[in-house]
Amino acid sequence: MSTGHFRTPLQHTPFHSRLVAASTCNEWYAWKGYTAPSRLTEVEFEYFAIRNSASIFDITPMTKYRIRGPDCVPYLNRLLTREIGALAVGRVAYCLWCDDAGQLIDDGTLFRLAGQEYRLCSQERHYDWLLTSALGFDVGIEEETGHVAALALQGPTSCAVLRGLGIGAIEMLRPFHLMSTSFQGHEFMISRTGFTGDLGYELWMHPDAAGAIWDALIEAGGDYAIMPIGSEALDVARIEAGFIQANVDFVPADQAVRPGRGRSPLELGLASHVDFRKANFTGRRALSEEQRRGSRYQLVRLDIDGSTPATDSFVYYGRRKVVGHVTSAAWSPTAKANIALASLQTPYGTQGDDLWVEIYYKRELKWERKMARCRVVAGTFYDPPRRRQTPAADY
Amino acid sequence: MKKYDAIVVGAGHNGLTSAAFLAKAGLRVLVLERNPYIGGAAVSRELHKGWTYSNCSYVCSLFRPEIYRSLELARHGLQVIPYGGGITFTRDGGYFGNYNDHEVKRREIARHSRRDADAYDRYEVDVMKQTRFIRPLLLRTPPDPASFRPRDVFELLYLLRKFHDLGERQMYDTLRFWTMSIGDFLDEYFECDVVKAHFAGSGIIGTALGVYSPGTAYVLLHHYMGDIDGSIGAWGFARGGMGAITKALGAALQSYGGEIRTDADVARISVRGGRVAGVALRNGEEYETDIVVSNLDVKRTFLKLFDEGDLQPDFLGKVRNFKIRGSSGKLNIALDGLPSFPALPGGSPLMTGDMHFTDSLERMERAYDDWKNGRWSQDPYVDMLIPTQIDPTMAPPGKHYMTVFVQYAPPRLATGDWTDADRQAFGKTVTDQIARYSPDFENLILHAEVRTPRELENEVGLTEGNIFQGELTMDQLLFNRPFPGYAQYRGPLKGMYMCGSSTHPGGGVMAAPGANAAREILRDLRRANTVPGDASDE
Repeated sequence: MSTGHFRTPLQHTPFHSRLVAASTCNEWYAWKGYTAPSRLTEVEFEYFAIRNSASIFDITPMTKYRIRGPDCVPYLNRLLTREIGALAVGRVAYCLWCDDAGQLIDDGTLFRLAGQEYRLCSQERHYDWLLTSALGFDVGIEEETGHVAALALQGPTSCAVLRGLGIGAIEMLRPFHLMSTSFQGHEFMISRTGFTGDLGYELWMHPDAAGAIWDALIEAGGDYAIMPIGSEALDVARIEAGFIQANVDFVPADQAVRPGRGRSPLELGLASHVDFRKANFTGRRALSEEQRRGSRYQLVRLDIDGSTPATDSFVYYGRRKVVGHVTSAAWSPTAKANIALASLQTPYGTQGDDLWVEIYYKRELKWERKMARCRVVAGTFYDPPRRRQTPAADY
Repeated sequence: MKKYDAIVVGAGHNGLTSAAFLAKAGLRVLVLERNPYIGGAAVSRELHKGWTYSNCSYVCSLFRPEIYRSLELARHGLQVIPYGGGITFTRDGGYFGNYNDHEVKRREIARHSRRDADAYDRYEVDVMKQTRFIRPLLLRTPPDPASFRPRDVFELLYLLRKFHDLGERQMYDTLRFWTMSIGDFLDEYFECDVVKAHFAGSGIIGTALGVYSPGTAYVLLHHYMGDIDGSIGAWGFARGGMGAITKALGAALQSYGGEIRTDADVARISVRGGRVAGVALRNGEEYETDIVVSNLDVKRTFLKLFDEGDLQPDFLGKVRNFKIRGSSGKLNIALDGLPSFPALPGGSPLMTGDMHFTDSLERMERAYDDWKNGRWSQDPYVDMLIPTQIDPTMAPPGKHYMTVFVQYAPPRLATGDWTDADRQAFGKTVTDQIARYSPDFENLILHAEVRTPRELENEVGLTEGNIFQGELTMDQLLFNRPFPGYAQYRGPLKGMYMCGSSTHPGGGVMAAPGANAAREILRDLRRANTVPGDASDE
């Protein structure tokens, strides 16, 4: 391997030249060793590309593993909390994995590419843990983060854009399904998945095809108000959709230094993704025990009075007692609500609780503090029907 | 005969808002709409196959987020998408672009005047000060300054204290600002003609006044005090056209058990023993109720729906004197493609903003001279947008919808009432003007709807075609709106209420009058209030 990597602490994805050309504000951040845009133009316009037309977001830096071999199914069933035997070829599943103590290591998506071949995508890096977990299983695991370029194409016109690329029958692709296709001789894969809670797709391709496919999407999206976006706009959409993010809404168990900082899937509202019918999976014993004894925390969705996002706020019960903290917060431009995800101590966080958040905000260099009443919300903040409809709508 | 707790006449955005809050409070509410569709001046119409026109109001900024949130309009399908920027083309083939990005805007102003580029920041701060003062008043009922009821005294004190809090200099500025002309106001900041002309547009839109008429500075504020997601002064499109707003309001109303009847033309509001008793439709149907809420403008409400004998002569005098003068027309155009504007560099983001062709205050004032002389402006001021560049739902892919607001157009011409030939000639004046800046524009026209004040009055129901249901001048604002003594949404008879834009805080698709009226009705009924107050973090 080359020893010059110290000269480029941040790598470029195959879309970098396109992102640079699209950026008017030069705002970047480091995402797992890659240069990634926090925004390209203006966050509010980028956000509405997700909810009104079509957005493209470079997800190449997302960690990706290829898992192959005759023991794939038992291996993954041991690793992950859900039953994956039923996951057919060409399907995708949201999944979680825990440590022995039942604390969440990460969440991600699992793609069944072939009978004995899967791709696992996640926010954090887990090669060591995946190999540790593979003891005794006949599987091969390979990190392919840099070998696969990927784009998230999300928004109500995303299906129409792909049709404009000549992708046949794309409207029939169902949520959590994937298909292989080609464009101008480039083979690539499309899955109907995403992080926005809207109609949308993710495109997985060889890095050599990246430029051509990006350009074709921009071209085909011309009549559909397509817009490249950065992470800030996406973050608002994912909070509206109620999706959690590692190192934002929970500390991955393998990274937590202080005792008790991890969270179990049950404490994060993900119980439906834990299948106790499975005889064995990592963390099962601890999770059944937790199920019996009760959880320490719960993750709730809050609708907060006023318009200032409750970023990093404490949550109070009856205005006095601190019972938790906000993990993610945003003003929802679609719900026109001040929304947040918060981790609360048991037993707080049932609907109707007298909960308050303490919000600090600065106006012309002066800090203001206010206590804002908040309500626990049952469903997601925004859940458009087009997200699930097949055939997918044109807009 | 079915009896309702309240009947709302007119399914415009304010009528529906009022009805929704009343229904949310548990009242049995019926909304009656003359047209076969709801929406009033906030409608989406398919007048050419495959195209959706926002054929009356066309952009949205003032709609109160508190109402949006409290009636869960997002759940009922509403989405307001911001657009950026604006442009004024100049006769010499150039333009001034009002870019969204502050630094780009600065350099653009500097291209026209170095001094104006810095003056813009002073202008923005001063307008923001005025905005901050007025915004909290939008969702409040104005006090009656002549009343000594505790509530009025309290509210008046609130107003005075807020005013006093502005500080000495700002108090003077505010009084001047509320009464001066937009032309004079801009002259205090800018030296460049096209820069002034660009910002002056907001001071005259919907108003039968010229840029140098006193009172137009406030009209600018009225267009500036809205926001989209906290971005003050920003404007946006309702996805699917302005009808998406009233559609969502209608759905919210129905979710609370309220009813809507279209093709229900109210002919008369009946009065018994000095209080309203019900309404009669033109088709003979009658409905009984103790409360009638009119979404119509005050002239239409009290001059057309009541027996004159049921109202006091001095009240009727006030109604007759209410200033509601049509000043504008509208073109809605289906385009076969995106028209090109050779003055603009390729890929300019300004295309998605509002476009204008009047590059000096003098031309604007001349356009107003035509109105005074009883003819439409031969060199009109237009506010033109192509929302389909952002909203994918309003025209087929690659095709476009253009909305062109046109000022000035008098309610009656010097030659008499508007005729079809006049309307056609009016439309041609406008398309000719656009064509001067876009050579391919006329060839792209697939269909055009031309509306003069005559159509706005007859089809939408706005007296004289005034889009704000009454001029927004100091004599008709706050506790003077629609006229003194009647600014608290109550009519001259028990059970009679007003909720249209003729009432405080006035026109624009804001829904505040409708919400405020509902709050007053619930107060009279001693019901729990369902109407939110201002909730922005100041």
